[in-house]
Amino acid sequence: MTRLGPPRGRRCVLGSAGLYFATAVCALLFLVPFYLIVRNALSTDAEITGENWQWFPTTVRWANVTELFEDATVPFGRSLGNSAVVGILHTLGTLLVCSLAGYGLARIPYRHANKIFYAVLVTLMVPAAVTFVPSFVLVSSLGWVSSMQGLIVPGLFSGFTCFLFRQYFLGFPRELEEAARVDGLGYWGAYWRIVVPNSLNFFAAIATITFISGWNAFLWPLVIGQDQEAWTVQVALSSYMTNQTVNFHLIFMATAVSILPLVLVFLFLQRWLVQGVAQTGIKG
Amino acid sequence: MSTTTTRDTTRPAPAEVTKARPRRGVRGSTLNFWIFTGPFLIGLVIFVYIPIGWSVWLSFFEARYTVTPDKFIGFDNYELMLTNGDFTGSLVTFTVFAAIIVPVTWALSLGLALMVHRLRFMKAFFRSVFFLPTACSFVAASLIWKMSIFSGVRFGMMNTVLGWFGAENIAWLADPDPPWYWLVIVSVRLWLQAGFYMILFLAALQNIPPVLYEAAAIDGARPGWQTFRHITLPQLRATSTAVILLLLVAAYQAFDEFFNLLAKTTWGRPPLVELYYTALGDDQDYGAGSAGAVVLTLLICMVTLLQGRFLGFGKGDESR
Repeated sequence: MTRLGPPRGRRCVLGSAGLYFATAVCALLFLVPFYLIVRNALSTDAEITGENWQWFPTTVRWANVTELFEDATVPFGRSLGNSAVVGILHTLGTLLVCSLAGYGLARIPYRHANKIFYAVLVTLMVPAAVTFVPSFVLVSSLGWVSSMQGLIVPGLFSGFTCFLFRQYFLGFPRELEEAARVDGLGYWGAYWRIVVPNSLNFFAAIATITFISGWNAFLWPLVIGQDQEAWTVQVALSSYMTNQTVNFHLIFMATAVSILPLVLVFLFLQRWLVQGVAQTGIKG
Repeated sequence: MSTTTTRDTTRPAPAEVTKARPRRGVRGSTLNFWIFTGPFLIGLVIFVYIPIGWSVWLSFFEARYTVTPDKFIGFDNYELMLTNGDFTGSLVTFTVFAAIIVPVTWALSLGLALMVHRLRFMKAFFRSVFFLPTACSFVAASLIWKMSIFSGVRFGMMNTVLGWFGAENIAWLADPDPPWYWLVIVSVRLWLQAGFYMILFLAALQNIPPVLYEAAAIDGARPGWQTFRHITLPQLRATSTAVILLLLVAAYQAFDEFFNLLAKTTWGRPPLVELYYTALGDDQDYGAGSAGAVVLTLLICMVTLLQGRFLGFGKGDESR
């Protein structure tokens, strides 16, 4: 692993100590914002805005949690639920639609498959965020503003995810499917009974990345969620910033609650996540 | 896993798909092809192609408060946007932003990757710490930056720290002169995305064959700057190119942090924020907004293609 390390001896020990010191300093800097969220979320307003900077709150105020969900000006609990539903359906839908298309493009012989693949590639050139004006126009003419369909459906057809699945299936060992075909399974059967069960790692990686981007999305939910009823967590958070009355402890508790699910996802699914990101980036 | 570059995995594929087995069961597989790809393609047409087409169409009409306009006005919307100081100013804002954020993120994420790669123990721990901000949304991070770290009043963290050295409070976001807001905007994005790109560099570093370093050592290259310059950097070329492209596209899409940090200020508006206010603000001018979107899309395509020419990135190769 460390073939490129410096020569052994005293220099090595010094160099390695320096390396660890520098890494630790950077790590601390990266952790400060997380610490501030937690500290502020569990403080009172007076402590957050106090004259003297305090690294640690004098008392930990758990009541902020209940206060956050009882606050009537921003329907935070509701938006949390919306985000959960949107995040999960967005992820499942994307996996289903894009993986099928990726498999079709990679494996099923069809005369015009090439042209269709290029038509998918072209959409990668047009960044999704630039199309928000026309997409909004379309979705509003469907009557989907402030609705769950409006939040979920337009995001399912990601050219990029389809592309990733196609690349993955091209590398999937053909022999496994051939064997299944010989045993009389059609494409559909081979896909569900052989390909998917043997690709769970890749599906998990893509699912994690899709869920994170769905949960963190802001522009589209902001455009579509015109009623408070249809707000997602990110839109609700943003509304705190424009409010006139500032309840710092509630804002930071809301931020902490909004980040918590993803931090948990991160800690539990690290392996797939790192692998997935590495794969995504190299092929992107 | 796959150690090869973009081109190697993608190029041979299309030919293989269509020509491998042209005869056997063409009709059956055509049906299957549509069963598998149909739902995706229909969605792609409805939610990507139609909006783009509609947008181009709208951009030639006077379309205020309506998406089915009847007054054709040619290129007036384009003229309106291109002579509009706010829109052209937003393009300048983007250019400045990209010129700062792309190289800085590239350098920081590469630096972090090199550090983490050389660690002997606690490697996974430090990797996680640097990667963790990716879990944060731009909105949440903007909140912390605006309300706690770079709050313009005395209880803000940065102003407190400055206060220890006897400095005055700085109104980080409320005053464009001097433009301190750039520090806030750049640092928030840097914190959020550096760890993500670090992972890409880490993966690439792991794929460099150790033999290269051994050979260099035999040839008398000293570890450190020499090997980094002549082996590591060239070996990371493909990843660097991909990272720069991804960073540039991400910078083009900048919206969340600008919208939340600067709210309705007239300075520091990137194109997407400007388009948001044009199309969905008080005027609801879909025609002008669409014209702006078309201009922006063309610009992005141009930059992407140019970059592909300069850095030899794959997409052009595939279409041949």
